Amino acid sequence: MRLFLVLTLLLGIAAHLLLPIAPLREAQAIDPALADLLLVQLRLPRTLLVIGYGAALGVSGAALQATFANPLASPDISGASSGAALGAVIGGYWLGLSQPLALAACGAAGALVTLGLLVGLAGRKADTATLLLAGLAISLAAGAATSLALSLAPSPFAFYDAFDWLMGSFVDRSLAQAAAALIPAGIATALLFRRARALDMIGLGEDVAASLGLRPRRLSLEVIALSAIAVGACVSVAGAIGFVGLVAPLFGRRLSRGHPGSAMFPAALIGAILLTLADLAVRAVPLDRSIPVGVITALFGTPLFIWMVVTMRRRLTA
Amino acid sequence: MTSLQAIEIALDQRLQPTNIEAPAGQLVALVGPNGGGKTSLLRALARVEQASGRVTIDGENLDAAPEARRRRLLSFLPASRDVTWPISARDLVALGLDRPDEDRISELLALFELEPLANRPVDRLSTGERARVLTARALASRPRLLLLDEPLSNLDPYWVIRFLEIFRASASSGQALLVALHDLAQLPHFDRALLIADGKVQMDETPAKLVAGERFGEIFRIRENADGQWEVRQPEDRRSSR
Repeated sequence: MRLFLVLTLLLGIAAHLLLPIAPLREAQAIDPALADLLLVQLRLPRTLLVIGYGAALGVSGAALQATFANPLASPDISGASSGAALGAVIGGYWLGLSQPLALAACGAAGALVTLGLLVGLAGRKADTATLLLAGLAISLAAGAATSLALSLAPSPFAFYDAFDWLMGSFVDRSLAQAAAALIPAGIATALLFRRARALDMIGLGEDVAASLGLRPRRLSLEVIALSAIAVGACVSVAGAIGFVGLVAPLFGRRLSRGHPGSAMFPAALIGAILLTLADLAVRAVPLDRSIPVGVITALFGTPLFIWMVVTMRRRLTA
Repeated sequence: MTSLQAIEIALDQRLQPTNIEAPAGQLVALVGPNGGGKTSLLRALARVEQASGRVTIDGENLDAAPEARRRRLLSFLPASRDVTWPISARDLVALGLDRPDEDRISELLALFELEPLANRPVDRLSTGERARVLTARALASRPRLLLLDEPLSNLDPYWVIRFLEIFRASASSGQALLVALHDLAQLPHFDRALLIADGKVQMDETPAKLVAGERFGEIFRIRENADGQWEVRQPEDRRSSR
């Protein structure tokens, strides 16, 4: 199954790099160097960003779910993505930052603040309803604050400018931007992977984990900080994309036989595949305009989310 | 030989500074009224919370033991039977081990008669079945000390007897066990009993002496009647005893 996922991902990457093939062919006919330029300068950053962001969402979603012992905790539901967007908007339109890495830091800071708020409001061991409500409240507040920050921004074009990016977009991102998102996200993700076994043990309950010498509190703070960095850096470059961080861990756990920590690796693969497919769908739309990627992920994510809520309700009442 | 030695362990309001020793091979019952401190004592011994004092097992300081070593020194089974994730029974038992050991896992599944349930997700087991899986996990690493919080609740009579037999076998193999209990009828199966109330060890006796002691009835607010049955003390008794 994992092999199948890897193959699917490779296929997706190839498709993402090469499709649509017509412009590449035309460029090739004019000048082979131009085709290379097109591939390396335009297509490659986008492909890297798409798989990196998807993987980061899968991993941080799985890690957050393991930490909160809740299958609905994820970067979007927790409000971390909205917080990251707010952080990037403040950094970009109010502090006048333009360095991609500085913006990534603002995004991470925003995500960290919202996750901190979530823990403060709902606690680390919140039940599902409390977690959802607290996350919803934080998302709404962060969304409103983002709109306010854009409305009052010094630049009169801020709102129009940001709309495209806020719901997720990979159009025309430079290699520098891709690096600003992917280097912090890659480091954070690697550090999260190292905690897979500990997060599996947390599945036995925090008391058992603590009796085995783990430090559940410290572990959850580390996971929250690392997830905030991974998601925040990606959001600052490519906007807030929902549902991938919720859905990828769900299927990841199918492959890890229910283990929440070991689910991070398959969740990374699945997240990367989902976002690659979503971005391919965006580019396949034969219009002169671009649809935000977040719209595509929401289209397939919302029914799944509703299904999860319904099955959870059934299990709770059973 | 002393297996467990705890010196001055305490948990804020819940457990006053306590010293406890338990030799290897001893089956120790913890009894006491609700909220008296049984769970707090087990949590302090297991170092679940940052407790003061010092716990040594076979002379080894628990706080200084690395994770892999700790599994061999101690296992803690909380009273809660909740499991969040749909892990199979077999995989959950395997989490009790450092590295996969199929023989040991099969042995435990057989001991707790879990083979037919081995591949079922634990969230789809009954509470009693889940109790068997969780206890098997706690026993898996053959720790020197087992701290079991209410392991016999939710079990049917067959499994209460089987669990007591399994605990006795563990003790005979040289493990020390501290077991929190509610059902006083189970006390005679233990070598020693601690009565815990108001965050303190109030009595430390053989089960027979413990039950016969006057303080036992006072603390539990019960007494043995002429038929040898436990009954609630009358309010005037309670007043005079307190």
